[in-house]
Amino acid sequence: MIRVSRYRALPFPLKTALSFLGFRGRTADAQTLSRLERVRAACEAQLLPAVCYLEGEVSLRAGSVRFASLSAESADLARNLKGCRRAVLFAATIGPGPDRLLARYAVADPLDAALLQAAGAAYAESLCDVFCAELSERYAPAHLRPRFSPGYGDLALGVQKQVFSLLFPQRIGLTLNDSLLMSPTKSVTAFVGIGETPGAAASRCAVCGKDGCEYQTTEEC
Amino acid sequence: MKRDILSRIGRGVFLLDGATGTMLQAAGLPAGTAPELWNLSHPEAVTGIHRAYLSAGADAITVNSFGINGLRYEKKQLEALLSAALDCAERARDEAGRGDILLDVGPSGRLLRPYGDLGFEEAVALFSEVIRRAGTRADAILIETMTDGYETKAALLAAKESSSLPVFVTNVYGSDGKLATGADIPAMVCLLEGLGADAVGLNCSLGAREAERLVPAFYENASVPVIIRPNAGLPQDGKAEYAEDAAFFSERLAACVRAGARVVGGCCGTTPAHIAASRRAVGGISPLPVRERSFTRVCSSTHALTFGDRCVRIGERLNPTGKPRLREALRSGDGETVLREALAQAEAGAEALDLNAGVPGLDEAALLAEMTQSVQAVCDLPLQLDSASPAALSRAMRVYNGIPLVNSVNGTQASMDAVFPLLKKYGGVAVALTLDEKGIPEQAEGRAEIARRILARAAEYGIPPRRLLFDPLTTALSADESAARVTLDALSLLASLGLRTILGVSNVSFGLPERESLTAAFLLLALSRGLDAAILNPLSRPVVCAYHAFYALSGMDKTCKTYLSALAENSSDGGMSEVKADSATMEDLKNVVCSGMSAAAERIADALLATHAPLSLVDGAIVPALNDAGQRFEAKTLYLPQLLLCAEAAKSAFSRIRARLAASGGRTAQKGPVILATVRGDVHDIGKNIVKALLENYDFRVVDLGKDVPAERVAEAAARENAPVVGLSALMTTTLPAMEETIRLLKTRLPQVKIVAGGAVLTAAYARSIGADLYAADAMATVRFCESVVRAKQEEK
Repeated sequence: MIRVSRYRALPFPLKTALSFLGFRGRTADAQTLSRLERVRAACEAQLLPAVCYLEGEVSLRAGSVRFASLSAESADLARNLKGCRRAVLFAATIGPGPDRLLARYAVADPLDAALLQAAGAAYAESLCDVFCAELSERYAPAHLRPRFSPGYGDLALGVQKQVFSLLFPQRIGLTLNDSLLMSPTKSVTAFVGIGETPGAAASRCAVCGKDGCEYQTTEEC
Repeated sequence: MKRDILSRIGRGVFLLDGATGTMLQAAGLPAGTAPELWNLSHPEAVTGIHRAYLSAGADAITVNSFGINGLRYEKKQLEALLSAALDCAERARDEAGRGDILLDVGPSGRLLRPYGDLGFEEAVALFSEVIRRAGTRADAILIETMTDGYETKAALLAAKESSSLPVFVTNVYGSDGKLATGADIPAMVCLLEGLGADAVGLNCSLGAREAERLVPAFYENASVPVIIRPNAGLPQDGKAEYAEDAAFFSERLAACVRAGARVVGGCCGTTPAHIAASRRAVGGISPLPVRERSFTRVCSSTHALTFGDRCVRIGERLNPTGKPRLREALRSGDGETVLREALAQAEAGAEALDLNAGVPGLDEAALLAEMTQSVQAVCDLPLQLDSASPAALSRAMRVYNGIPLVNSVNGTQASMDAVFPLLKKYGGVAVALTLDEKGIPEQAEGRAEIARRILARAAEYGIPPRRLLFDPLTTALSADESAARVTLDALSLLASLGLRTILGVSNVSFGLPERESLTAAFLLLALSRGLDAAILNPLSRPVVCAYHAFYALSGMDKTCKTYLSALAENSSDGGMSEVKADSATMEDLKNVVCSGMSAAAERIADALLATHAPLSLVDGAIVPALNDAGQRFEAKTLYLPQLLLCAEAAKSAFSRIRARLAASGGRTAQKGPVILATVRGDVHDIGKNIVKALLENYDFRVVDLGKDVPAERVAEAAARENAPVVGLSALMTTTLPAMEETIRLLKTRLPQVKIVAGGAVLTAAYARSIGADLYAADAMATVRFCESVVRAKQEEK
């Protein structure tokens, strides 16, 4: 059964937000930090985090993955899910409020808009982390694989259409347009494999294989 | 016959059915299979669910048509699925010999522009198709589970235009009583009633316990029956969902009825057991009476604005009459000037904004609709659509995301017969000017007489007095010394008739010195006569002072709190303590710009302007500062937020320099223009906006076409502006074809134009392969490229 979880609040991963702004591993100045805090608070007031998800059996064949009604050609996803008999497919959004705020900031102030963009993206990451931590607890002692989204590695963005017809995340206000863009923009869809053993890859980036991505990280998921 | 459902609802509690999807899943519908497909493949299962709900005591059943629309199904399949869905419902109803049938209209699954890509009229057409095809096989239409008021408006308009059945609307609210798109209950009730919904309320998302808390807000605001259809529990923070069993659910649903709900049922997770228990629980309860509410009220996409307490301030500045700069902006399609003006008025305390697009030679109807859509995308104040043209009003009222103020109708037959039908269809409160075919009566009594005639004609259209704001008309004191007195007397007269009043106050001071003070004094007098709304300049300090002073002086502003907070001077020194303005040097200006200190940059620029030529500040301090910051950004010793701070400070200094140049009759010859756009289908514009901010600080004129821009519009703008450079942005691989198409069109039509392309998915090689002249890795690269294009052009000359 497709389930829905809603959240009242999310932790704010400051480091993630700063890395979206280009401060990777370096300290930000006080002026940026205090302004980011103001924008973050405005963003927080707009949050309506929700996740809808389905747990089910996953079947892997060389380079292809089947999950419920969905089937995708992707060697990278198959590698990510190797050893998993079950997986969770989820769609998460922090809600449309930050997009509305962004439209206003984009007219009034490009710096605030850039900060809000980063804060919103960081909250979306945070929502995924909170949700995955819950899954991890629920399925212990099984091991969760790093989450894997359409667009990672060789998993085509076109899979979003199947994800949307399977989960119908419109129920949490999340929609997909013809260009495969999600609205609200601060939203994520992803697979999370549930395995008996830890997977080979320790991080999302290790399994993606995309070269020269500016958000590449070596951190654990 | 079809109206019978409304009289049944009028008689007492009306019980709807419970979940369809939950029941179908229990019957074996696999996850990922659309429930409506079972209308054809498993009609017995669908009919069985309807049957079970009718046996459980439901007064009505909901057709299994939630997901049927033209985006998901081809015409033939749509028709077959819908017809089969209605067959199932009719069969169950015929067997039971009772029960009303509700045609279920769910969300389209797409988000409307500007946050999504579905056009408003496209949405109306989608919903119309389903409603028209269902014809009169249902007894009423249920529009449900929508999280966006704008989409709900599209569906409700479709229902009203394609059917004469009663329409019920329920939306998805959070426990804070708001839709995901921010609308609160008073706003939604205002919207839905304004558009003619026969009953309104909530479904889904909340359990019965949470829904109960929201019932009073519906009941106290609605003049129609309230519908409550909760889930069987609220899933929250990973807890199991649908925790409310039939006994608990029905008990809470009965409490909803006692709090004001009249039509109740269940949503996700509810079963025939929940409905049977609810039948028993609501059995002996008589619902609260449906009351006609007497609000004079309009709403935006987020909140309602009610007249009658304090005088409502309506910002007058988005009217091109007498404002050459705004007129020019509207003429050249410079939407940003309009948006900044809107935000500035909102910031200054305006509670609604007047929007007027009357520029000679332009298509007013198209322009007012466009202005309405662009302003409502960034500003959540209710709008007052201002035009003498019924065609312009009609188009703007249609696309307005809310219930508008309409400016205006007057006492002429032609005006009333054109505007009242629009008010009837789209809802709204109209400004009623007390003039007629013979002009403006010279005496107060004549104006009141016209008001009475307007009231009578409005009543014939079914429009009650509460939906009119009477304007006794402000005329210039300079033309007639009794003008203000007559207006104020007419105001008192209208107020004594129990009518709501409005005045545009600024006209009074036309042609006289110290206009703002005179206008402020007039406002004060009008307030003392009981004025309900004023169209004024919220950025005029004397006017704002007079407004707040009135409430402070009349004892309505406790401890003068509002007066103090609205009028306190901004005491921040913006970092000036570190730099003394009077002894400032060029180097200081460069330093404060580099460190992003906007207020200091402004003060130092002012000080330097006393002794330096304006343009020497640009060449001697601002450009070097920007270049310095640009280089450090490229060397990765400075980051994006700091670069933007620096740009902001440069802009502040520039504003002082420009003001000085304007005062001395000089003009700044800006470079460019540069056309910027995010391509069709792409809604990401943050990168483009950063490029824009930087370009402006290098003194380029930027024509920003926004996001999701069709190729044709880019080419048109580039040709019209004779732009040397066009910058295009795309973030997604899926929008690269649109980028390619735009470049192809530009290269064909305007081969001399240079094109710079940027965005996360682009690479230098790809940008070259689709014909871009430059791939810009970041905003600074674009600035440098534009500089080089402009330089090359100058050298050519």
